[in-house]
Amino acid sequence: MSSDQVSVLIADDNASDRMILRALLAREGYAVYEADDGEKALSIFSEEKPDVVLMDALMPNMDGLEATTRIKALAGDRFVPVIFLTSLQEAGALAECIEAGGDDFLTKPYNQTILRAKLSAFERVRQLNVTVHEQKNKIEEFNKRLLHEQDIAKQVFDNITPSGRHNIEGIKQLISSMAIFNGDVVLADYKPSGGIHVMVGDFTGHGLPAALGAMPLSEIFYGMTRKGFSLQDILAEINKRLKRILPVSNFCCAMFVDIDTVAHQVNVWNGGLPDALIIRKGLGVIAKIKSTHLPLGILSSDRFNASVDTYELRKGDLFCMFSDGVIEMENQQGEFFGADRIESVCNEHKDLPSVFDKVVDELADFSGTDQQTDDITFVELRADTLLEHIELFQDKQQIKRLSGPRDWTLSLDLRPESLKHFDPLPIFLHVLMECPYLQSHRSRLYTILSELYSNALEHGVLGLDSNLKKDPAGFASYYQMRQQRLEDLDTHAYVNISIEHRLTGDNEGDLIFRFEDSGKGFDYASKLVAVDGKSQNLGYCGRGIPLIRSLARTFEYLGAGNIVQVIYHWNLSQTEIE
Amino acid sequence: MAIWSQVAGNELSIKIQGRFDFSSHQQFRESYENLPQPPSKVIIDMEQTTYLDSSALGMLLLLRDFSGGDQANISIINSNEEVKKILSISNFEQLFDIQ
Repeated sequence: MSSDQVSVLIADDNASDRMILRALLAREGYAVYEADDGEKALSIFSEEKPDVVLMDALMPNMDGLEATTRIKALAGDRFVPVIFLTSLQEAGALAECIEAGGDDFLTKPYNQTILRAKLSAFERVRQLNVTVHEQKNKIEEFNKRLLHEQDIAKQVFDNITPSGRHNIEGIKQLISSMAIFNGDVVLADYKPSGGIHVMVGDFTGHGLPAALGAMPLSEIFYGMTRKGFSLQDILAEINKRLKRILPVSNFCCAMFVDIDTVAHQVNVWNGGLPDALIIRKGLGVIAKIKSTHLPLGILSSDRFNASVDTYELRKGDLFCMFSDGVIEMENQQGEFFGADRIESVCNEHKDLPSVFDKVVDELADFSGTDQQTDDITFVELRADTLLEHIELFQDKQQIKRLSGPRDWTLSLDLRPESLKHFDPLPIFLHVLMECPYLQSHRSRLYTILSELYSNALEHGVLGLDSNLKKDPAGFASYYQMRQQRLEDLDTHAYVNISIEHRLTGDNEGDLIFRFEDSGKGFDYASKLVAVDGKSQNLGYCGRGIPLIRSLARTFEYLGAGNIVQVIYHWNLSQTEIE
Repeated sequence: MAIWSQVAGNELSIKIQGRFDFSSHQQFRESYENLPQPPSKVIIDMEQTTYLDSSALGMLLLLRDFSGGDQANISIINSNEEVKKILSISNFEQLFDIQ
């Protein structure tokens, strides 16, 4: 019997009826099994698994009704049509056959045409059933695998994106996701110079695709905040990264809040989130901070704008942010929760130290179900608690900042092959950032290092004249010459860089930068006068030295003008101004 | 939800009726995808658009990208207050001409 040949079991105690049926079925190409009572029918069925059963109702040992019930139970999910062979005509007996699990009747005397029609109709149903069954199994299998994979991915995701899991007192958040993964993120961290960065993000869509973007976002947010980067730098970097990795149709609505504890103000950047609210004790909502920017991940870096709105933040003030899932939350009548409702809850409870619980209760009352159509995020920043804890944090930072290496010198001699191919700035900056007391000075130190290095290399070693850069054409040829001279560098060329650190008091110190190059130097006395007199039109060049002088405590040329020494002073009571 | 589009010369007009959300994705894309060249001007009539969600904003960005990115010339006309609000929260007037 070939595997795709349809097989039929005939269960009938009448041998001549069986013979007639067998002959008819064989002519149609079916494989045939025979049983002369219900018990035999059952055992043949379990062994041979026929596709269709023709069943006589009245048989010795086990009647057709019981055999049918058992066969259907044995078949389980598999659809096996049972067709009763009968001369019965009364409705009651026929109904019993159907109740026992029978699918149809075939009445004696048997007619070839009717038998063929019935079997082929059931064959179509059976085939359909097989297909549905296979698909169901596939879906079940797929779903099981998917859930398992999601489970693992979720664990990895939660480890990478500690959304809403910061330990900052004074920040409360409700984050409720529609799917396993959440497209909303809440990030917060202290700045090394004091103050706090808080960010709420809402990626387009839901579930895993929306959540993926949260990983680079939180990585950049935490990494850069801890290193002392400004809100503007961090946002520009996040926007650049999201623009690169997200498909065109995906972006991230976001709010970035920079709490400045010295000036008691908040700087807010809102790109696509609903209005943030500032609630003042006793007064209610005193400011609504509108979205004035496009969401992150849409604009190219050169068009991206990180300008902020600044508001006063007093002790006792609350700062509330929402994702649009809150505003667009629907109740059972299909109404939106709406921004007005939030505002009126905040106004109603303007004398409370926190409105968080009230808003959360109101949301729960309103929705009345567990069904969510969007990720929901609501964040409340409480100024008094934040300010208090920042003071504690700063005291700890004060101690921590004085940790790390304190008296040290670092020097590096760069020879021709290094000068041609190597940028020493990242290494120096990395070492400097290992000193906690220097972390909030990052951008200023970078400026000093990069200006001193390019001066030593370009004007010292390569002997290029910065006057060349006065106009655009000269600018281009300057860089051509720079390239050419680097390639032709003689074997005695060098730049020696040394950085020394000394404590000058309990909370302050000096960084002494000394750059020496193999160039022939220059008449620095006359050049400094010119710079000091500010008589030149600087154009494209000559901005480096004045910039360093504005940042450093002292700046002097030594030797033949091929050595420069700069002293940069730091002091823990300074706050970083970017 | 239903979307109609028509092309006159190099100008594409799209009309969106009802909710504009992810379920419109396929149909919205079909309205411009098979054009022989990117349209030099697109007019999206949202007179009968009742609502848009963030995936609709994403679809608008895709259309903008298809029509030349920063050089695209896309007007969104006749939108109701609700729709205008959603467009303006995301500051899409910086990317589209919203009338």
